[in-house]
Amino acid sequence: MPVTTVTDQSFTESVLQSDKPVVVDFWAEWCGPCRMVSPVLEELSNEHEAIKFVKLNVDENPQTAASYRITSIPTLNVYSGGQVVKQIIGARPKSAIVAELRDYL
Amino acid sequence: MSDRDVIIIGSGPAGYTAAVYAARARLAPLVLEGSVTAGGALMNTTEVENYPGFAEGIMGPSLMDQMRRQAERFGAELVTDDAVELALDGPVKTVVDGSGRTHRSRAVILAMGSGYRELGLPDEKRLSGHGVSWCATCDGFFFRDQEIAVVGGGDSAMEEATFLTRFASRVHVIHRRDELRASKVMQERALNDPKITIQWNSLVTGIDGDDKVSAIRLADTVTGTERVLPVTGLFIAIGHDPRSELVQGQVDLDPEGYVLVDAPSTRTNLAGVFAAGDLVDHTYRQAITAAGTGCAAALDAERYLATLADQSTTQPAPEQTAAAV
Repeated sequence: MPVTTVTDQSFTESVLQSDKPVVVDFWAEWCGPCRMVSPVLEELSNEHEAIKFVKLNVDENPQTAASYRITSIPTLNVYSGGQVVKQIIGARPKSAIVAELRDYL
Repeated sequence: MSDRDVIIIGSGPAGYTAAVYAARARLAPLVLEGSVTAGGALMNTTEVENYPGFAEGIMGPSLMDQMRRQAERFGAELVTDDAVELALDGPVKTVVDGSGRTHRSRAVILAMGSGYRELGLPDEKRLSGHGVSWCATCDGFFFRDQEIAVVGGGDSAMEEATFLTRFASRVHVIHRRDELRASKVMQERALNDPKITIQWNSLVTGIDGDDKVSAIRLADTVTGTERVLPVTGLFIAIGHDPRSELVQGQVDLDPEGYVLVDAPSTRTNLAGVFAAGDLVDHTYRQAITAAGTGCAAALDAERYLATLADQSTTQPAPEQTAAAV
């Protein structure tokens, strides 16, 4: 499944109330390292069914970014049952992201 | 698996330019772009105004994306992973990547660039991503209407401070001396900015905050007195160090860790090993000079490989002779 976009409006329903764990990619157009991470997440999203991958543009959705106190992007937050269960800050290679997400894939 | 002609370690202008040239020479280069660092230092910049050919300027990440695609178009194989172990001695070099795969080649081009220098404070790592940052363009946005600090006195510190005034209510520049090292243009821009305050003769001695930066501690280098500056962000721009740890003990380095080359060539002390870009250059350190030496390294590698090919056709290799006997 391709990575879908979530917004401040859809965050509760798409992420917090999801029955699967969700990886949220906090990103922005102007963030160079974010560009390295997004194709990796596209691949992972196509390879794994047990977990949902979404992205949230922090420019357009400042409320959600602020409420989770994001101060650096890319940040990947993993949500399960409405709670943040894992946080990965900064760009990483696919192998490292897979290793970090092992419990949820 | 047969040995490759050339492996390029590192991306950035040096690595990608080497890849473009090596690929066009039909050397089918493998590029280990680096995991976190793919694209190099320009990935963390905004507008690049001095790269020739872009009259209106170009965004750093776009420029790197263009170079990357140019390399790929001619058949360079790009892998977004780190080199973690190198054996550069001897005619066949081996490179182990972050996934544990071993690659073999006759020539290696080193283009790992330089990495951000850290302050070396105990709380720096812990609060990294929670107020401590090395990338104003990535993280400045999150400090809207807040008071923040930039450490450093060079061009990159001034550039970051000036950029951060778009978001922050006040930017303190922390500098350990009573004059800046930055170029005149950058200094003037920062000194004339009403949102920028320079904290002269000041050393950062501590970073406070439980789960997020709340203040930094400063020591006055003249009087020795300590003071606390409440800021929510600390951007560190105190320079770079060459990323040469991986080749230390194999390739000759200067006392600061830069790879030594037989200038104007890009040859290192090891046959078949070439080096380019900020890994070598502590003088110019520009995107265009890195691209220039990356090109030179590919041409040097191509010539080296041609010489090897000549030798193997004119005289049998020792092991072949032994097998014949």
